[in-house]
Amino acid sequence: MKRVFLFIPLVAFAVLGLLFFLTIDRENKDVLPSPLVGQPFPPFEMSKLLTEEAVSTSALQGKPLLVNVWATWCPTCKAEHAFLNMLAEDGIRIVGINYKDERDKAHQWLTAYGNPYEFNVFDPEGKLGLDLGVYGAPETFLVDSSGVIRAKHVGDLNAAVWQKLEATYQGMK
Amino acid sequence: MFDLYGDTLTTAPEFGQLALILAFVVAVIQSVIPFVGVQRRDALLMSWSRPLAAAQALFLTVSLVVLGYCFVIDDFSVTYVATNSNTALPTPYKISAVWGAHEGSLLLWVTMLGLWGLAVAWFSKGLPLIMLARVIGVLGIVSAGFILFTLETSNPFARTLPSIPPEGGDLNPLLQDFGLIVHPPTLYMGYVGLSVVFAFAIAALLGGRLDAAWARWSRPWTTAAWVFLTIGIALGSWWAYYELGWGGWWFWDPVENASLMPWLVATALLHSLAVTEKRGLFKSWTVLLAIFAFSLSLLGTFLVRSGVLTSVHAFASDPERGVFILALLGLCVGGSLLIYALKAPTVASVGRYEWLSKESFLMANNLLLLVAAFAILLGTLYPLIIDFMGMGKISVGAAWFNTMFVPLSVALTLIIGVGALSRWKADQASRLKNELILAAVLALVVGGLSPFLADGSLNWQVMMGVGISVWLIAISLVDIWKKTRGNLLRFGSLSLSFQGMVLAHIGVAVSVIGVTMVANYSQEESVRMAPGDSYVMSGYRFEFVEAGHIDGPNYSSDATRFRVFDGDREIALLQPEKRRYHARGSVMTEAAIDAGLFRDVYVSMGEPLEDGAWGMRLQVKPFMRWVWLGAIFMSIGGLLAMLDKRYRQVKRASSDVQKSGEVPA
Repeated sequence: MKRVFLFIPLVAFAVLGLLFFLTIDRENKDVLPSPLVGQPFPPFEMSKLLTEEAVSTSALQGKPLLVNVWATWCPTCKAEHAFLNMLAEDGIRIVGINYKDERDKAHQWLTAYGNPYEFNVFDPEGKLGLDLGVYGAPETFLVDSSGVIRAKHVGDLNAAVWQKLEATYQGMK
Repeated sequence: MFDLYGDTLTTAPEFGQLALILAFVVAVIQSVIPFVGVQRRDALLMSWSRPLAAAQALFLTVSLVVLGYCFVIDDFSVTYVATNSNTALPTPYKISAVWGAHEGSLLLWVTMLGLWGLAVAWFSKGLPLIMLARVIGVLGIVSAGFILFTLETSNPFARTLPSIPPEGGDLNPLLQDFGLIVHPPTLYMGYVGLSVVFAFAIAALLGGRLDAAWARWSRPWTTAAWVFLTIGIALGSWWAYYELGWGGWWFWDPVENASLMPWLVATALLHSLAVTEKRGLFKSWTVLLAIFAFSLSLLGTFLVRSGVLTSVHAFASDPERGVFILALLGLCVGGSLLIYALKAPTVASVGRYEWLSKESFLMANNLLLLVAAFAILLGTLYPLIIDFMGMGKISVGAAWFNTMFVPLSVALTLIIGVGALSRWKADQASRLKNELILAAVLALVVGGLSPFLADGSLNWQVMMGVGISVWLIAISLVDIWKKTRGNLLRFGSLSLSFQGMVLAHIGVAVSVIGVTMVANYSQEESVRMAPGDSYVMSGYRFEFVEAGHIDGPNYSSDATRFRVFDGDREIALLQPEKRRYHARGSVMTEAAIDAGLFRDVYVSMGEPLEDGAWGMRLQVKPFMRWVWLGAIFMSIGGLLAMLDKRYRQVKRASSDVQKSGEVPA
């Protein structure tokens, strides 16, 4: 065995260390510029999670809203759920996209933890998620009354994040 | 006591801080003097190692005890106490609040490092002085780094003066629980215990003697740390199960992954050390595993609180400290990997072995464990990499981890027993054939029938899970049968290492059965129930008796009472609660569980609904306890192996040493 090979773990660790170093304190990066901001919400023809009725893009129009991408397999979604409940109580309109999930589990989740959503679009294969450029859950989009995406937030929604987003939300019509 | 602005203060925190500073000074001396002694071959300087290790342990313990005292007397002039305690907090939780947040858990961490150092100094009569000096020296360096980190960025004794808060902010309610009194210290003992193994590996590399004696010294320490890790992880899983109220016992959360990775690597290390000791093989590999195991422990302890990874468990994260942590990690891990690259032997080991031999099976075991650890590392870091590339923050789902982990565990369970049964160097298939056929037949029959006995329908996962467990148990029993020449009752007269090994392996099978059954036959329903309602699920009738209100010492809660019936027989009275803790206003779900060897009945409260009804979550989880029972078996197995008398044979160790010309202690 050549000694050179013994340096492989060290080099691998150095790369990892560099990655850690560069990712420290990236919290301000949560509000991402997305190519979709300023674009109309991608058109869809899907079914609702609970009632299984057909639902399409037009259902989003009328009043500004948050579109929240979530799943029962996602611990971060669990963490933000209480905050979504609070927002809904404050009269903020939230539509969910149940992303790559199972209907039964999602149903139970909403019964157990409360349902902040006006309705949920059921997206078991992540088709709508793909159109929206979703990398994982949770993600939240701010959509105005004409169905145009105004902002996107990746990661959990909490009081601190909402402080930043609220101005955009209030400015939407 | 002195008087300041009319408030009475004790000087206890200053003594705590002073003890911590003294511990730092000792740690610095400890990381210099022994090495100077080694350099000059000066036995006197080297013999400083033991008293230095003892002094360090003493100062750290004093410091930790003082912090505990500050909590007990409600000294809210100490910022850390004010943030994490409250006069209404029950005293046991005041003590556990010591490690309830970052500063205190760090102090606990370094104190344990000191205590492990003391243990090495104490139980090292057979160790050559030069080896001991290097080991204690390495521990001193690690300790100095982390005490400095504590003092500089996370001082638990910092005061809020002059305006002392009249009341504290209370301990995070998630942590006000028995599980959280015992889980972190146990897990930390495991994490920190791996530092000893690490120190042995570095000392052996520095001294250029990666031999059987080194492996034999390392083995009991590795096993001790591994036992703590095993118990710690099991406790954490148990705590999450009853305290988070979701009924899940493993979430593939970064904090959990951080504890599982060092466990997997430590498990590989245990087996690799056996090969190095008995056969003189895998030396470079074993050293590398020792470095990895400790590095992953550091990663586990610190990464989650550096702000690098986010986690639902991370109750103590702070990006401010991230850079310091990274620098420390870089020094510890990078430094040791550099020493490894420069000093590890490049000559191939002399021993030979056939492909059908214990060595081969242990190599396969090592590879599977390492691949599993690597898969988890990748899954844990993937969100970080995605984030780094500017593609957002995400959670990697449990589905991914299960897809990776389940097949690896199946393969591992299949080869464990065979590895134990086979011989060193070379074995004949014909010798093993009969035993393996017997085990395979048993596995196929029991595994094949099990889903039909459980619920009458075909289920491949259950057949597989139960089948491989029966396979492993059968082979283990055959092994005992052969070793005792057909008299299983003579099991107690076999060597403790063998007893321990068999018990630990059976523990793996027990856990696999538990995981399989829980994953496949758990029933859960979320239902709307009002007092007086009944609901029937998987043969049990849940009767909602009444709803009420309870006032606890520092919380008040909505509680409900359920009777659970199996047919007409009442089997349990369960009282789940939903608690609101006053100080922080946070709400916690307290599940009520009726535990049994073959099933757990689990009731937790969801949201209140109209007309006094509640969203209730009812669960029946068969074989839940087996998951942790297996971990208990493994821990007892480890304990037995550690106590084997051959690790106390001082003479053999030192005679090896005199041959190699080093100074015995």
